[in-house]
Amino acid sequence: MDYNWDWSVLFCTVADDDIGCNQPYFYWILSGFRWTVSVAAAAWVIAFTLGSVVGILRTVENPILHGIATTYVTIFRNIPLLVQMFLWYFVFPELLPKEAGDWVKREMPLPEYWTAVVCLGTYTASRVAEQVRAGINAITQGQRYAAMAMGLRPTQVYRYVLLPISYRIIIPPLTSDFLGIFKNSSLALTIGVLELTAQTRQIEEYTFQGFEAFTAATLLYIVVTAIVMTFMRVVEGKFRIPGMISLGAK
Amino acid sequence: MFSNFDFDIIIKSIPFLMEGMGLTLLLTFTAIVGGLALGTVLALCRLAPFKWLSFAAGTYVNFFRSMPLILVIFWFYFMVPFIVGRPVGGFYSVLVAFIMFEAAYYCEIMRAGIQSVRTGQVYAGQALGLTYKQNMRYVVLPQAFRAMIPILLTQAIVLFQDTSLVYVVGLRDFLVAADIVANRDNRLIEMYMTVALVYFVLCLLGTLGIRKLQNKFQTG
Repeated sequence: MDYNWDWSVLFCTVADDDIGCNQPYFYWILSGFRWTVSVAAAAWVIAFTLGSVVGILRTVENPILHGIATTYVTIFRNIPLLVQMFLWYFVFPELLPKEAGDWVKREMPLPEYWTAVVCLGTYTASRVAEQVRAGINAITQGQRYAAMAMGLRPTQVYRYVLLPISYRIIIPPLTSDFLGIFKNSSLALTIGVLELTAQTRQIEEYTFQGFEAFTAATLLYIVVTAIVMTFMRVVEGKFRIPGMISLGAK
Repeated sequence: MFSNFDFDIIIKSIPFLMEGMGLTLLLTFTAIVGGLALGTVLALCRLAPFKWLSFAAGTYVNFFRSMPLILVIFWFYFMVPFIVGRPVGGFYSVLVAFIMFEAAYYCEIMRAGIQSVRTGQVYAGQALGLTYKQNMRYVVLPQAFRAMIPILLTQAIVLFQDTSLVYVVGLRDFLVAADIVANRDNRLIEMYMTVALVYFVLCLLGTLGIRKLQNKFQTG
């Protein structure tokens, strides 16, 4: 392979005055990494909350609530994430009433960032919902009946019996969903968020030394994945219910 | 907003969109075939009795599974021409990226499928006097494939959706074709909604088909 590796490129100062900064390219990678983490973290809040609600609704008997939750999952799982990103960014503001649409387009702070967060959050929510549903369905019916026999109301059955067990069962698949959001946040570059992958691409364009930047980004992604996996394995061990094996949904 | 929704532009651009869909499907199928081939080799390596071989395959899988697909596409988009020594065109570079990336996921599906066959079955085969090869051929693999096929097909649908990411290198697939029309005629809403609808219908049909197949396997 005929490539001149030049690692110093990451540490040399950006000479271009047009972009108004005076710092090594390595800072671009760090700044991109911060955006990646920030998009992923904010999107996970939406994914976890919304996904839990939808997942729980998929296990209730009320046909309307059940139908709404199923429709949600079907829609969000069958459209490519990139297309969803474009729908949120270009189409969604047009569907809103005029004032609200204008606000989104002109006055909303950090429009690309929040669009990416909402898109990733709602998309991953459909995956989290499937895990939550699988977790609840994995619990033997006897637990539910026992809870009802003790006189608990339906919400209490979920709050005190079903959910505490199911969340512990689904820690491993939820971890991989979280890592999924972390990796998928790279799609935010298509609407202009300068996250980690976008920054490496930009360094490639400025210096033609792309492989150094790609390597740095790859290492960052791998390190974060390893840290999250190790941490979650500890968490899983801490919360394990004796005598139960964990199982994930596909 | 639907008052000036322009259906004409959709109908007029159908031939152009179909070309894009052709590339999407071509990329999907070739990536599935290549990914399955490499994935099978990886799965065999992972289950092989040699420690270093299964370690190498495991490292490969973990490496690709912790990287975003877009970054993998960038890597190979720039690297393949360097390795080959001449420009090869975006399609082949991206195809290599998809095959390498998908192989990691296919490997895991196959490994899980083979390991899902209960050990009692293997012992029963051995007790009947089957050789290792016969045992694999007649006892383990048929059951493993039955467990794997729905998941492999689901992964194929995921791959079909993921091919839209070639957008980042500007390969003219279905989404990019629609994007070109959208920007040329300033009809973003019409085009993006069409793209979403087409993907949705195709993926939904695929999902329903897989579910039907799954039921057949379970009762059969």
